[in-house]
Amino acid sequence: MQSLLSIAVDALAYGMVLFVISIGLSLTMGLMRVVNLAHGAFAMVGGYLASYAARELGLGYALGLVLAVAGTVVIAAPIERLLYRRIYNAPELTQVLMTIGITFCIIGITNYLFGPTLKTIPLPPVLSGPVDLGFRSIAAHKLFAILCGGAVAAALWYLIERTAFGVKLRASVDSAQMAAALGVRTRTVYAASFAIAVGLAAFGGIVGAELLPIEPYYALRYMVTFLVVVSVGGPGSIGGALLAALVLGAVDTAGRYLVPEYGEFFFYLAVIAIVCSFPHGLLGKA
Amino acid sequence: MAMSESATAARTRARPRFAARADWIGIAAILAAAAIGYFLFPNNLALLTRIVSVAMLVLSIDLVTGFCGVATLGHAALFGAGAYAAGIGAAHFGVSDPIAMIAVGIAGGAVAGLVSGFVVLRGHGLAQLVLSIAVVHLFHEAANKASTWTGGSDGLTGISPGPLLGLFEFDLWGRTGYTLGVVLLVVVFILLQRLSRSPFGMLCRGIRQDPVRVAAMGASVNGALLRMYVISGAVAGVGGGLNAIATQVVGLDSLSFTLSAEALVMLVLGGTGSLYGALVGAVAFMLFEDFVSAANPFHWLIIMGALLIVVVLFAPRGIFGTAVRMVEAWRRR
Repeated sequence: MQSLLSIAVDALAYGMVLFVISIGLSLTMGLMRVVNLAHGAFAMVGGYLASYAARELGLGYALGLVLAVAGTVVIAAPIERLLYRRIYNAPELTQVLMTIGITFCIIGITNYLFGPTLKTIPLPPVLSGPVDLGFRSIAAHKLFAILCGGAVAAALWYLIERTAFGVKLRASVDSAQMAAALGVRTRTVYAASFAIAVGLAAFGGIVGAELLPIEPYYALRYMVTFLVVVSVGGPGSIGGALLAALVLGAVDTAGRYLVPEYGEFFFYLAVIAIVCSFPHGLLGKA
Repeated sequence: MAMSESATAARTRARPRFAARADWIGIAAILAAAAIGYFLFPNNLALLTRIVSVAMLVLSIDLVTGFCGVATLGHAALFGAGAYAAGIGAAHFGVSDPIAMIAVGIAGGAVAGLVSGFVVLRGHGLAQLVLSIAVVHLFHEAANKASTWTGGSDGLTGISPGPLLGLFEFDLWGRTGYTLGVVLLVVVFILLQRLSRSPFGMLCRGIRQDPVRVAAMGASVNGALLRMYVISGAVAGVGGGLNAIATQVVGLDSLSFTLSAEALVMLVLGGTGSLYGALVGAVAFMLFEDFVSAANPFHWLIIMGALLIVVVLFAPRGIFGTAVRMVEAWRRR
């Protein structure tokens, strides 16, 4: 029973981290139809910047987090303007190759600047201890990750369903041409949602750094995981991404605890089963 | 109008002979490149043999991606299946004749092609990509788990191929392995050229251009694609078998996502949809990688990434396709 609970807590924390990082990818893929394999690279950049700000500059966790998210968005903006904008309507193969190329460049440059070692982001005292929930205690940073996941889901839901920007965004998703004809500046909407997506990736990378350690090949190692979450959930769907992240997080964590010798076998078996039965994702639109 | 029609007809008639001549030039070019490689790197024939076996993998991706338009990031599953089939046959069942090992590799690759084709062809677009990735990871984890058969993460050892045709031992220099590889490559190349011009090859090209129309004509789209996947698996199996024979060890890296992605990158660098493009891409990528990554693996990543971006933006036809275009433009002048 005790171990079942700890599996559940770990699975929830892992799933929420997957959700925070993947939801940005889901947004850009639903809106701009770009298979962006470089998404994990932006999460890695966020982690590196936060580690640099918190450890080398001594700015602390909270300030480091804010600066790193802002910094990643600033780095990503010209990449969107110069590279991504050219492949919005290209075939998948082209997008895959271009974004693999971007990932390779980001990995190479990051390691040239920061060195090829594992980076930690020192947690503040509030987050480093255990938290007593009454019936048992769990690590505070896991609870923090879970809360962040919930907050991101709620904030995004509000942004997309209840604000003027959300209306424009949904209109552009449904038909970019029609939205443009009605006076929506689709390019601005694209750029803004790309910035949001990258910011969320960086945020997820930092919040999840204890579970997915920031290291040189981070972008390659988790590249597939994030893509899988989006595909299983259905591109463009917040609920789908949340459901997919939680299900896959649970499968992966349970697999690691119960049958570690099988590695990620059951994770990918679940992926094949789900994608074959729901080709457009769990909650995706046809 | 009549002029241009008769000109087109004349070109169509002249095509077979011209194509046959181009075929012979192509084979001669492969043999010449193989000979040049042999004399340039006499001490590094292992690298050249590795290039030949990976070139088979790239050719096999070209069959499904370039000809049929199926995007896959999991094709190493087929290559690794061929390698493990040949390796397990030699290490556990005593099938040590090199030709027999290649045959086992072909069978292993073809079966893996059937399985992964069955899964991958169920999706389209993003779902297809993700399914192909899931397949290669599944194969990888299965091989890791079945360590009594595959050696797990230590790799499969104990493969000692007998002499080729009972005459040529596999020596330390790798001359026999290299020669076997080049002969296999030429045979595969000739067969694939015939395949790409056959009615079946034409059908596959048609599917890439418009699957709905092909289906409306009464052909089975998924049936044709699945057959091509099996053929592609056989080709990848030749490469895998050759790799098992030449290195006498099979590692989990032959079933990795990384190898799948790299091979796809090679294909696009060379040029999709053409057998020459696949070969050019494999040779260029692997030689370049050998030179640069020896210096610094991270510089290699930066250069490779920049190169990919440049190719996608400015030369989407790849090295070979762009070269052909330039030659054609020059001829027309």
